[in-house]
Amino acid sequence: MRPSARPALAWIAAALTALASPAALAAAPRTGAPSPPAAHTDPLDSPRWEDMRKSFFADVTVVFDERVKVSGPAVAEDSLNVPVNVDASALPGVEELIVFADFNPIVKALRFEPGAAQPRLGFRIKLQQSSPVRAAARTADGVWHVGGAWITATGGGCTLPSVGSGSPEWQERLNEVNGKLWPRVDGGERLRMRIIHPMDTGLAAGIPAFHIEDIVIADAEGRTLSRIQPLEPVSENPSFTLDLRAAAPGARLHVAGRDNNGNRIDAWVTR
Amino acid sequence: MSRPASCAPALQRRPAARALRTLLAGLLVALCALLLTALPAHAEDFAGDFNYRLQPRELAPGAWVVVGLKEDFSFANGGNIVNTGFIVGREGVIVIDTGSSKRYGEQMLAAIRRVTPLPIVLTVNTHHHPDHFLGNQAFPRATLAALPETIAALRSEGEGFNANMYRLNGDWMRDTEVVVPERALAAGRQRIGGRDVELVALGGHTVADLVVIDHDSGTVYAADLLFNGRAPTTPHADIARWLAALDTLEGLPARRWVPGHGEPATDLAPLRQTRDYLGWLAQAIRTGAESGQDMTELFQTPIPQRFAGLALVEAEFRRSVVHLFPAAEQAVLEAARNKASR
Repeated sequence: MRPSARPALAWIAAALTALASPAALAAAPRTGAPSPPAAHTDPLDSPRWEDMRKSFFADVTVVFDERVKVSGPAVAEDSLNVPVNVDASALPGVEELIVFADFNPIVKALRFEPGAAQPRLGFRIKLQQSSPVRAAARTADGVWHVGGAWITATGGGCTLPSVGSGSPEWQERLNEVNGKLWPRVDGGERLRMRIIHPMDTGLAAGIPAFHIEDIVIADAEGRTLSRIQPLEPVSENPSFTLDLRAAAPGARLHVAGRDNNGNRIDAWVTR
Repeated sequence: MSRPASCAPALQRRPAARALRTLLAGLLVALCALLLTALPAHAEDFAGDFNYRLQPRELAPGAWVVVGLKEDFSFANGGNIVNTGFIVGREGVIVIDTGSSKRYGEQMLAAIRRVTPLPIVLTVNTHHHPDHFLGNQAFPRATLAALPETIAALRSEGEGFNANMYRLNGDWMRDTEVVVPERALAAGRQRIGGRDVELVALGGHTVADLVVIDHDSGTVYAADLLFNGRAPTTPHADIARWLAALDTLEGLPARRWVPGHGEPATDLAPLRQTRDYLGWLAQAIRTGAESGQDMTELFQTPIPQRFAGLALVEAEFRRSVVHLFPAAEQAVLEAARNKASR
């Protein structure tokens, strides 16, 4: 449940609990008049945060940081295609980004090494239920900076929670890359691409996990510029948007990679 | 949801003296009493009696409409966000859409009965969206009818819609079940219930959108092909087809228009407004895809001032981006790939 949507009943329940247990009395004032949150207090107030911290940041320093932004719709219209944009470009020296959703059955959605790209990535994910969607950015000093947003996954009024398309398209076009480059006013290059792949989670009966696991973006000379490592929660036929800091020489980029069955991705993308 | 229940175990768990427990129980009763006395005002806001308070309006002799709120589905409105209608002929009543729930259907039928004792002879679902058919249970089964594509869509998507409507509207939906019409409608002009009525088969808002013309009064029940003062919704929209349907509507000899959402009108203002918005929406999405925007960036597109008065326009625009952008994006990216591989 989103913290903002808590009914007055919650307060009454808290008050009753406090009445019933002297030990809880000490906690009561916090409910009535919240003190300013500490840097280690989850701003999204998720009951899963402690698990997230143990899973991803057990032996490292982790801080909540507003410079790491996650944007998406407040309500997921199509829970199998929830557009998410993570942006840590306000934070200097980001080397690695991970994205995860606390309440997804498969929590981690992807890993991104921006390299020559801005630490900013647009893509779509599947959401099993309403959840915080978070991005964690690791800076050169080894500290992880976490930002995020709640996304409600009830679905819109006339939109059904989707079922997998089961489209036969992928059998003939598996790993086909449809992409295009756009020169940016800041001198950089935008890459948008959609790769044909079912991105099966392995959670549907009889369908094993089958997903792209590595995408390397390189320039015409073969130098690696950036790397995306998607996992099961990334949407079917995943679409990515990323911004390289410099224009692509020859106005083209190479996209290479593979899925977890070893099928190769190999394509050129041009303006 | 589980909160009230979770506070009782907290009381029982406490290994305190019996006296303390009794005191606490007393306190609990007092609190509950306090809550109950505080509840009526609260209940009024949330219409806790599950009464939609449907007020049919007679636009012209025999041509009625029940106007819904310009809102999205909620626990407060129970899905009463839709316009339904009925036409009273000399021999019978034609019902146009049945609302969002079993309760809505029952209350609509009761409202019709306050107007006329004549039998229901035809009950149409204009299209397969949940606020237009989930009241079907209340109406005579043999009178239920829809276009063939709508019947097929109800068969495949009806149950999913119903489940989602329980999530969005809560207990208003109690006992609501999907009843799919068995009778397929064909377009054409005929006498129904002693009334000169024409059925027009169009589409674009969904796969099939039925328009009902009451020629005796010059009233066009345009369903969700027309929105008035409320942003159009697009989960199953084909915008080009929808715009073509609006052209067809514009040519109809109508004295008054009943949109699917928003106030009825006696002029073409709702049609022009719907057309203007859909044109802008399609253009914004195409431009976004062609200029390399990401979906979340497209969400930030400023809404033109002329649409500022449309209820829910910000939210509906973002929903429409989710519905319509993937196809526009794919068209742009596929064209680029074809160019690159030449």
